[in-house]
Amino acid sequence: MRRLSWFNTVSLTLGFAFLYIPMVILIIYSFNESKLVTVWAGFSTKWYGELLQDEAFLSAAWVTLKVAVMSSTIATVLGTMAAYVMVRSGRFLGRTLFSGMIYAPLVMPEVITGLSLLLLFIGIGLDRGVFTIVLAHTTFAMCYVSVVVSSRLVTFDKSLEEAALDLGCTPAEAFRLVTLPIIAPAVISGWLLAFTLSLDDLVIASFTSGPSATTLPIKIFSAVRLGVSPEINALSTVMIGIVAIGVITASLVTKTQKVRQQRDEQEAARAQ
Amino acid sequence: MHATTFAPWEDPEAKPLIRFQNVTKRFGTFTAIDNLSLDIYEREFFALLGPSGCGKTTMMRMLGGFENPTEGRIELSGQDISGVPPNKRAVNMMFQSYALFPHLSVWDNIAFGLRRDRMPKIDLENRVAEMLKLTRLEKFAKRKPHQISGGQRQRVALARSLAKAPKLLLLDEPLGALDKKLRQDTQFELMDIQEKTGTTFVIVTHDQEEAMTVASRVAVMDEGRLMQVATPDRIYETPDSVYVADFIGDVNIIEGTATPDGQDTYRIDWAEGQEPIRATSAHPFATGDRCYLAIRPEKVTISADRPEAAINAVKGKVLDIAYLGNISTYHVELPSGTVIKAQTANTRRISRRSFTWEDSVWLSWTVTGGVLLAE
Repeated sequence: MRRLSWFNTVSLTLGFAFLYIPMVILIIYSFNESKLVTVWAGFSTKWYGELLQDEAFLSAAWVTLKVAVMSSTIATVLGTMAAYVMVRSGRFLGRTLFSGMIYAPLVMPEVITGLSLLLLFIGIGLDRGVFTIVLAHTTFAMCYVSVVVSSRLVTFDKSLEEAALDLGCTPAEAFRLVTLPIIAPAVISGWLLAFTLSLDDLVIASFTSGPSATTLPIKIFSAVRLGVSPEINALSTVMIGIVAIGVITASLVTKTQKVRQQRDEQEAARAQ
Repeated sequence: MHATTFAPWEDPEAKPLIRFQNVTKRFGTFTAIDNLSLDIYEREFFALLGPSGCGKTTMMRMLGGFENPTEGRIELSGQDISGVPPNKRAVNMMFQSYALFPHLSVWDNIAFGLRRDRMPKIDLENRVAEMLKLTRLEKFAKRKPHQISGGQRQRVALARSLAKAPKLLLLDEPLGALDKKLRQDTQFELMDIQEKTGTTFVIVTHDQEEAMTVASRVAVMDEGRLMQVATPDRIYETPDSVYVADFIGDVNIIEGTATPDGQDTYRIDWAEGQEPIRATSAHPFATGDRCYLAIRPEKVTISADRPEAAINAVKGKVLDIAYLGNISTYHVELPSGTVIKAQTANTRRISRRSFTWEDSVWLSWTVTGGVLLAE
């Protein structure tokens, strides 16, 4: 292992401290005995127990999960289709305009997206609830999926699809049997991205949710306005844990895959 | 011509497998194929040869069904195939990049096309086994494409495209990714497999040696047109244009004016103060016609003195010697400034080489040694 110079050590420490100290404090205080958030009174897991008893939080968590799964799935299907058309159909009239329009919501202020959706739902008389949040999340998550998938598709060897057609596939079969399995990692990471975006969205959800459906971020935000409770710390710690496990698993899987592939290729080259 | 020679193109009764009829293909304003007609016969190993951008790949993609002609017809076994999609054609293609499916094993790659035909399981397994045997890949059936070497990948691609027993197999620069030694071995393997399976092969290549080695006939293309279609030896020995002569192998081109001089023989005045050259030609030239004499370096003899019987002999000075091991090419500069290449087989060891740089030498060739071309 190479030793780091003092300058690099300092900048690394500062950077990571900046990123993680708030979270570490939050996690520590979630195990606080005291009801007062800022006073340490000994170790306890009682807030986690209370969390499990809290009907309101649990139902909000359930709504959030439902919304995230549904919206990220729909967004993945639509986003992949959009990416495919954009990358594959070559140059057609208005292509630049269309691709620009797909990516525009990425930079659109969330407040505006939320407001415009709210106006739309009121205009067409749609009752706000889980369904409208799903629609709203699909709308903005789709752009992210399409960015991720199209970046994979541009490096995709088109002759693989031609080979599939040549061997007797219809275009739909070629997509299902060849293209999709190969771009699957990008599609999955697009889904994960959409899922996380939906999970922590507050702004758009608060515009498009109704009294019947409250998501976790909305619930936390409104609870915090009445004062931070250790229960929220516990809830946040659980969320951090879930996200961390997900990210670590995903990176481990890709890493071992890459290592195995490299080893195989070296062996094949030697065998030649 | 005796009966055993394979030459269906000389038989007026023979029905071509593929027929290009006045085919033109344009991409926007660019004409890739220009009013081209060509017949390819069953069991042929046909090579499309040309520099990049000459239209050879477009020809192949039209046969594969990935492009459609702008004008004209393409027939396969007498049926117009324009507009028939690739999955409905009895034509398979081996791609330049091999296009092996990375998520499938070698076995599944080869079985891919058969599965699309809903072939019964037992027949499918037999067919895949047969293909693995043909391409000597039995040991690698379970491997994924990234777990095998380049040469093996090339064989998987070949096995996959042959598995469906197509009427016609298209090969797009099939050996381009292999190193030279492996490429030569693979060329013979390809010819072997072509003979065993009796499939018609159309190969696209820019490597003239490869085309000459494998093909029964070679089509030399340039800018969307066919320059010449003939057997490899005809293409080499009797090119019908300077372009073909120059594209295939090494050649000396001497420009001059022709004067008829007896039966099929012409006198060529080619440089001020130089003796005219004599050459025979089946193609007639009138007095004063511009002509080009194409002569291969190995047909030019190099000697210290003027050979007595020589009809065509010129004197020059050795400018350069390219030693290639088995042969040496001498670049000889004539007083007119023209450089003529002469090749000799190195039957002697190099230490006993007769000529060296700056030596004054004579170059000579026979009346029939060169080809007289009009363009």
